Amino acid sequence: MLTVWVPGDAFARAVGADAVAEAVRREAAARGVDVRVIRNGSRGMVWLEPLVEIEADGRRTGFGPITPAEVPALLDAPVTHPKAIGPVEEHPWFASQTRLTFARVGLTDPLDLAAYEAHGGLKGWRKAQSMSPAEVVAEVTESGLRGRGGAGFPTGIKWNTVLNAPGPQKYIVCNADEGDSGTFADRMLMEGDPFCLIEGMAIAGHAVGASMGYCYIRSEYPDAIRVMRAAVDIARAGGLLGAHFDMEIRVGAGAYVCGEETSLLNSLEGRRGVVRAKPPLPAIEGLFGKPTVVNNVISLASVPIIMAKGGAFYRDFGIGRSRGTMPLQIAGNVKYPGLYECAFGLTLGQIVDEIGGGTASGRPVKAVQVGGPLGAYFPRELFDTPFGYEEFGAKEGLIGHAGIVVFDDTADMLGMARFAMEFCAVESCGKCTPCRIGATRGVETLDRIAAGDPSALPLLTDLCETMRLGSLCALGGFTPYPVMSALTHFPDEFGLRREAAE
Amino acid sequence: MTETEIRARVAEAIAAQAGREGPLLPMLHAIQEAVGHVPDEAVPMLADAMQTTTAEIHGVISFYHDFKRAPQGRHRLRLCRAESCQAVGAAALHDEVRERIGLDWGETTPDGRLTLEAVYCLGLCACGPAAMLDDRPLGRVDAEGLAAAVAEVR
Ligand SMILES: Cc1cc2nc3c(=O)[nH]c(=O)nc-3n(C[C@H](O)[C@H](O)[C@H](O)COP(=O)(O)O)c2cc1C
Ligand code: FES
Repeated sequence: MLTVWVPGDAFARAVGADAVAEAVRREAAARGVDVRVIRNGSRGMVWLEPLVEIEADGRRTGFGPITPAEVPALLDAPVTHPKAIGPVEEHPWFASQTRLTFARVGLTDPLDLAAYEAHGGLKGWRKAQSMSPAEVVAEVTESGLRGRGGAGFPTGIKWNTVLNAPGPQKYIVCNADEGDSGTFADRMLMEGDPFCLIEGMAIAGHAVGASMGYCYIRSEYPDAIRVMRAAVDIARAGGLLGAHFDMEIRVGAGAYVCGEETSLLNSLEGRRGVVRAKPPLPAIEGLFGKPTVVNNVISLASVPIIMAKGGAFYRDFGIGRSRGTMPLQIAGNVKYPGLYECAFGLTLGQIVDEIGGGTASGRPVKAVQVGGPLGAYFPRELFDTPFGYEEFGAKEGLIGHAGIVVFDDTADMLGMARFAMEFCAVESCGKCTPCRIGATRGVETLDRIAAGDPSALPLLTDLCETMRLGSLCALGGFTPYPVMSALTHFPDEFGLRREAAE
Repeated sequence: MTETEIRARVAEAIAAQAGREGPLLPMLHAIQEAVGHVPDEAVPMLADAMQTTTAEIHGVISFYHDFKRAPQGRHRLRLCRAESCQAVGAAALHDEVRERIGLDWGETTPDGRLTLEAVYCLGLCACGPAAMLDDRPLGRVDAEGLAAAVAEVR
């Protein structure tokens, strides 16, 4: 029996993997070969998708990108196939990673609970159950894990607040709204290793005394919703869910701001997704007014390995106050796009030039937007910035959810600044004035600058300052990052000489 | 669909979600799934089920981009306009596609076959420009490929 792995991840499906899987079945049948096709997650080397792996004698060899037309030759003579890349684990792009959170993604059948366990799954959950809630919280605190959704708040401290909050009913809410352009780690994890997230949520439930969890997935992710729903049913049948902790999948409705945690809670409660003023913190008064942990997918999915291997193991990766690993999502105009998990600390230049291979167009890199639509544009001059929360903050930027979007020299930076304001205007929840009105004024002001009116520049700077200081949440508060970084680093595109902008 | 049929479907969708905590969004999704949009008839029925005002229900529906108050095309093509796709030429591509299929953002073909929508990131940024035809993800798309995919759906 031949096992052929054809990823079922949305990346692979988007570039024809379904047709490839179909061709494998058809051609195998025509040859009388007994074949088992498994739809695994993506290995993250997206430029090679559909990346097919053929398993023989327990050894998996990769081939990619494969078209349906190439399948007959692939089955006839795999060894000499021109698209052979050898075992994926030995490919330099893969071998140089530190895969902790994504250890199983692409390796296993996402909905095979036995395979999950055989590859290290459920260890963390079992360990956690042998410990008291406070001990679990201490282990997570020890790991140095900080929120991967963007704000970087220490996860252990958040859990401790919820643990100590009184109340018979508490909740775990997983933020799977992943709206940032250039990000897809949450999606890949949910599609490729859903039990890992479920295990993380179950551990969180034990740690803080919550019996119910919700995973709020954006509606733009139909595959992730389907896989997660199936996985929850399987996990319940397998005993991971049900006894002490259960969970449900909820679907968003196309509002970017619902990724903001308090807006997300309103949405879960069936309200308009407007942002709530803090305090009270969700940890004290969250979903339905009850103490609630809100964590990003990757934060929660990193917990099982932290529990299995210990907080110190995880903490020993990284730099400064950025501990552990981060799944970098390399996208945009880049030669080798994909998901690359590694310890914090690589420089932006290493990420873009070495791992990403520079631009796909072959033209020079002009700017890199890090951290989604609210993240700053970094020019080449800042490529020595090490990847870490404080390190990017010191350069007037943020790492956010670790989306890294590369632009070549054809990018129009004033246009990108205008887009940032426009996006904020469209997606503003409308609760606070600096964001609701400021973003619209920002678009108008940038149009004046584009029309050659230099007197609008001080107005733009002033407006950004007001939005930054006066907005209720980071939508209005951080939109100035892309705008001001474009202005600061590419002043001539705003009709300014460089000295004038600084 | 007759009005009675619509009401029956809405009632069924509401009942199926009623046992949940915070059931309004699941109800709205279920209604849209069953009817194709959220019809006027649904608003008082939802207000009734949730024991709130119709104004409150209107407020929730209008907040979310996903919920549509009028019938949509049988198929939906979403094109990603966010930054990562822009970096690989989405804007020019979208001009060409809109010209080819004769639709601007939010428009539906006269035969009710297709609605074109803008979307901001589909999580397919490493294989942009990205699109989604109904629930089918499409990556590294060009105008020709999109036109061909669209021509396949009836
Ligand atoms: C406009 C806006 C959008 C956000 N979108 C997301 C998102 O899609 N996913 C996410 O995990 N966090 C998002 N956040 C951050 C959340 O508010 C919150 O910090 C996070 O869910 C906490 O989880 P963590 O500590 O595990 O990161 C967003 C914040 C803002 C202001
Ligand atoms: S930016 Fe287009 S898919 Fe993410």
